[in-house]
Amino acid sequence: MNGSRTQILAKVRAALAVPNDPHVRHGDTAEAHMIRSGDRVAAMRQWLPLVGPSHEDRKAVFAECSAKLKTRFEVVDSPAAAHAIIAAIAKEEGWQSVAAHATGLVDAACAALGLPVVLASAGYDKDALAACAGGITGCLALVAQTGSVFVTPNSAGGRALSVIPPHHIVLATRAQLISDLPAAWEMLQAAGELPSFASLITGPSRTGDIERILVLGAHGPKKLTVILVED
Amino acid sequence: MPQVGVSVVEVFERLGHSVDYPRNQTCCGQPAFNGGFHPEAREVAATFLNAFRDSRDPVVVPSGSCAAMVKVFYPELFAGTAREAEAKALGARTWEFSTFIVEQLGVTDLGATFAKKVTFHDGCHGLRELGIQSAPRRLLEKVRGLQLAEMKECATCCGFGGSFAVKYAPISTAMAEVKCKSAYASGAEVIVSNDPSCLMQINGYAEKQGMPIQCLHLAEVLNSR
Amino acid sequence: MSETKIIPLQQFKHDSAEVAADGDRREFLRTALGGYMNTRTATQHGYQDWEAARSGAAEIKWEAIDRLPELLEQFEANLIKNGTKVFWASDEEEARQYILGILREKNAKHVIKSKTMTSEEIHLNSLLEAEGFDVVESDLGEYIVQQNKEAPYHFVFPCMHLKRAEIKAIFEKIAACPSDDPEALTMFARQQLREKYLRADVGISGGNFGIAETGHIAITENEGNARLTCAMPKVHIAIMGIEKMLPRLSDLSLLQPMLGTAGAGQRITCYNSIYGGPKKPGETDGPEEMHVVLLDNGRTTLLADPEQRDALRCIRCGACLNVCPIFKNIGGHSYGTTYQGPIGAVITPHYKGLQEFKHLAYASSLCGACTETCPVKIDLHHHLLRIRRNSVSEHPPLMEKVAMKGFAFAFTRPWLYHLGTPLARLGHWLSKPIQGTKLDPGYLWRKTRTLPDMPKESFHEWFEKREQQKKAGK
Ligand code: SF4
Repeated sequence: MNGSRTQILAKVRAALAVPNDPHVRHGDTAEAHMIRSGDRVAAMRQWLPLVGPSHEDRKAVFAECSAKLKTRFEVVDSPAAAHAIIAAIAKEEGWQSVAAHATGLVDAACAALGLPVVLASAGYDKDALAACAGGITGCLALVAQTGSVFVTPNSAGGRALSVIPPHHIVLATRAQLISDLPAAWEMLQAAGELPSFASLITGPSRTGDIERILVLGAHGPKKLTVILVED
Repeated sequence: MPQVGVSVVEVFERLGHSVDYPRNQTCCGQPAFNGGFHPEAREVAATFLNAFRDSRDPVVVPSGSCAAMVKVFYPELFAGTAREAEAKALGARTWEFSTFIVEQLGVTDLGATFAKKVTFHDGCHGLRELGIQSAPRRLLEKVRGLQLAEMKECATCCGFGGSFAVKYAPISTAMAEVKCKSAYASGAEVIVSNDPSCLMQINGYAEKQGMPIQCLHLAEVLNSR
Repeated sequence: MSETKIIPLQQFKHDSAEVAADGDRREFLRTALGGYMNTRTATQHGYQDWEAARSGAAEIKWEAIDRLPELLEQFEANLIKNGTKVFWASDEEEARQYILGILREKNAKHVIKSKTMTSEEIHLNSLLEAEGFDVVESDLGEYIVQQNKEAPYHFVFPCMHLKRAEIKAIFEKIAACPSDDPEALTMFARQQLREKYLRADVGISGGNFGIAETGHIAITENEGNARLTCAMPKVHIAIMGIEKMLPRLSDLSLLQPMLGTAGAGQRITCYNSIYGGPKKPGETDGPEEMHVVLLDNGRTTLLADPEQRDALRCIRCGACLNVCPIFKNIGGHSYGTTYQGPIGAVITPHYKGLQEFKHLAYASSLCGACTETCPVKIDLHHHLLRIRRNSVSEHPPLMEKVAMKGFAFAFTRPWLYHLGTPLARLGHWLSKPIQGTKLDPGYLWRKTRTLPDMPKESFHEWFEKREQQKKAGK
C-alpha cells in the first residue's frame, strides 16, 4: 500500500515539463557553478566557518565553540586524568548509577567510577536508564567547526543514551577530533553500511521558546562534558 | 513637493550640468504594476518610454522607488514585447539621484551647509532593489554643520507601500510609528530620505502625532547653504 | 481552531488591526526578535562567506526541485531497502487516514509528537484527539500552545507571543507551577513530558530534509524532543512534504548549519540527526517500525508554476518572519494560516486558493527584507507581486479595475495629466470641509496621518515658467 504514488509522481513530472522561469532561477552565479561542478564539498569549505589545518587549530576552534555553547571541554593526557574528572563530577552531583555502553574508553571509565552501571548496549530498562544522573559514551568524532559531538548507535550506545541522562559525558581520542561538517559526513559514509541513526550533538539541550530566553536542559542533558584524551 | 525637483535642478546646475525636463512625462506606472494591473502599467510605462525616447542623456530620478521601477521592473514588465530592448536600455541609463552624483559624477562635496542633527531613512526600494546605502550618507557627511545620527531602524520599512498604506491603514500606521519613534530616539531634528513617498508617510505620521521632527528630501539638504 | 465559516480576508483585516493597535504586544515581539537579530548577525560573520553560502544553498535546493521525480524515487527505494514503509498522500485526508490506520492497527493509546508543521497543515491533532488518542506535543513551544488550545504563532517559535506569566497560568491548569521564571517553566514541561516519552506507543515527527542518496530523513532541533520521539516509542511515523528532498548526505554540511543560523542565530542547532529506518540488527534501541508519509497537499500545484515553484525550496527557517515589519506589527495568528509571514503569503494562495488568500500578497509594503534575508534566496517579495498579477488577470476586482483604467487613461495623456494639477488643487480646496470624515477619499490616510497641502506651484509649472523666462531673457 503506497497511497497515491503514481498520481503524485505523474503530477510532479507534468509540472516540471514547463521549464523554470529565467527571472527566478539564477543558475549562472559563480557559487551555482561550484555546486554543480565535481567538487561541491570543496566549495562549501570555502564558505563555512574556518578551521585551521593542524590538530591544535581544531582544538582551539572546538574550545571556542564549546565556550559559547556552555559545553565543558577538557583536554587530558591520559585515561586516568579523564577518570578523575568524571569521579569529581559524579561526587559533586551525587550520582547513584551511571548509564554507559560497552566500548574501550567507556568501560575503563565506568570501572574506575565503581557505581552501578546501566548498560545501554545490553538492552536496557527505560526506567533504569531514566534514573541515571549521568551517562558516559564514546563518539564517532568531535567536529571542531561547530563544537559538535558526532554520535552513531555503535559509537555511543544507541539513540537514547546520549539524550536521557541529565549529564552527558563524552570520551574521545585524539584522532577523533576532526575538522569540519563535510569531514563528518564523509567519515560516516566511508565507514560502510550506514546506521539507522546518527546525530550531531552541539552543546547541552536548549530552548529559547519562552520569551526567547535561553534555558539549558529542555528535554535532553542539562550538561555536556567532552573529554579529549590526547594520549 | 515641488521643492524636491527645484533642489535637484539647482544642485546639478551648480555642478555645471544642464537639466532638461521632458514635459510629456507623467508617471512610471508603479501604482498599477504593484496593484497587479500589468496591461495598464505597461500603457503608462510606455508613455514614460516615449518621453525619454529622443534623448541619450542619463535620466536622474529623485526617488529610489521610481528608479527601481524603471531599472528593475520594466525589463520584466516589457519582457517579450516589442519595446523590451528599449525598456532595458532606458533602465541602464536611469539613475537614482544620490548614486548618480557619487558614482557617475564622482562628487561628494556639494558645498552645502545645514547645521542640524539629521537621521537618514533608507527607502526600501532604493536599498534592496538597487542596493543604495552608502551614496546618500557620503553626501550627507560632507554637508557643513550637519551631524548624522543613525537610527536603529534606519533600514526598516516606513509602511508606505503605495495602496497598502490605505488598504491596510492600521498596519501601515503601526509601521510608521516604529519608524518615527526610532528616528526620534536618535536625537535627530530632521529625517532625511531619498524617497518622497516615504517622506510623505513619515511626515504624515509625525505631524499628526505632533512629534517635533522635520522631514526633508536629500536634495533639499544638499541644496541648503 | 475551527476553520469553518471564517472568511479569510475579514479575519485577517480584523485580527491584524487589533494587534497593530496593541503597542504593548508589538513591543514585546520586537524585543524578542531584536535579540535574534543580534546573535544572527554575529553568527553570520563567523562564516567565511555567508553570502556565497546562500547562493550555494540556493543552488542545491534548485537542483533538488529540478530533479524531484528522480530523487523522490531514489529516496523511496532507499527507505524501503532499510525497512521503512513509505506512503504517498495526495491531500490531508489521505495522510490523516493512513496515520489513523497505523495507530489503530498498533492498538496505540499514547502518541508523542515532535514539532512538525506538516501535521499542523493536515490538522492531525484534532483528528487523533477526537478519535480518543492521548496526543502530546513535545517541543516546548508547541506543548504550550497545545495546552492553550491555539495554533502555533510562528512556525519556528510557536509560543513567542506569550509572556511568562501567561505561560505559568496555562501550566497551572495542569499542575501546581511554582514560578514564572523561564528556567522553572521549562523544567515543569520537562517533567510533565518525561513520563509521556517513556510511555508513548507511537512517535510522530516531521523531517527537515529527505536524503535521496541514502534514504534518511534529517531533523534539526534544539531541545532533544525529536531525539526522544524517534528513540523511545516502538513505532515512528515521519510526515514530510514531497519538496523536502536533498540529493546527497554531504549537502547537509551546508544546509544544516545555515538552517540553524538563519532560524535561530546558532552556528548549528543542538541536535541535527538523521533517521533511516527502524533499529537495525546489532543496534541497541530505536523503533521496531518506521513509516514515512510523503505529502503533496497542493505542492504539485505550486510546482506547476514556473515562477513561484521557487518557493518550494524553502527550508522553513522562519528568518523571513523574523525580519518582516508586517509580521512584527500584526503577529502570527493574524495570518490565519499554518505558515505565517512572507513565505506563508506566497505559498498559501497555491495551497488553499488564490482568490481566498490573495489578500496576504497585498498586505505587504514590498520592502524586500524577507528576500534579502532568505538563506536559500527565494524571491519572496517579487512573488507577492506575481500573485497580485495572477489574481488580477484571473479575476480583476471591479472597483479597482475602473480606477486602474482611469489611471492608465489619464497618465498616458500628458496634456490631461497636466490639466489635472490645477483641478486637483481646486478639488483639494473644495474638499476641506469633508476632511476627517468618511466622505473624504483620503479618510483612511488622514485618520492617522496628515497629507501635504497642494503646492501653489507644481514643479512642472515652476520649470515651465523658468524656461519661458530664460527664452525671454535671451
Ligand atoms: S522562505 Fe526563506 S527565509 Fe522564509 S522560511 Fe523559507 S527558507 Fe527561511
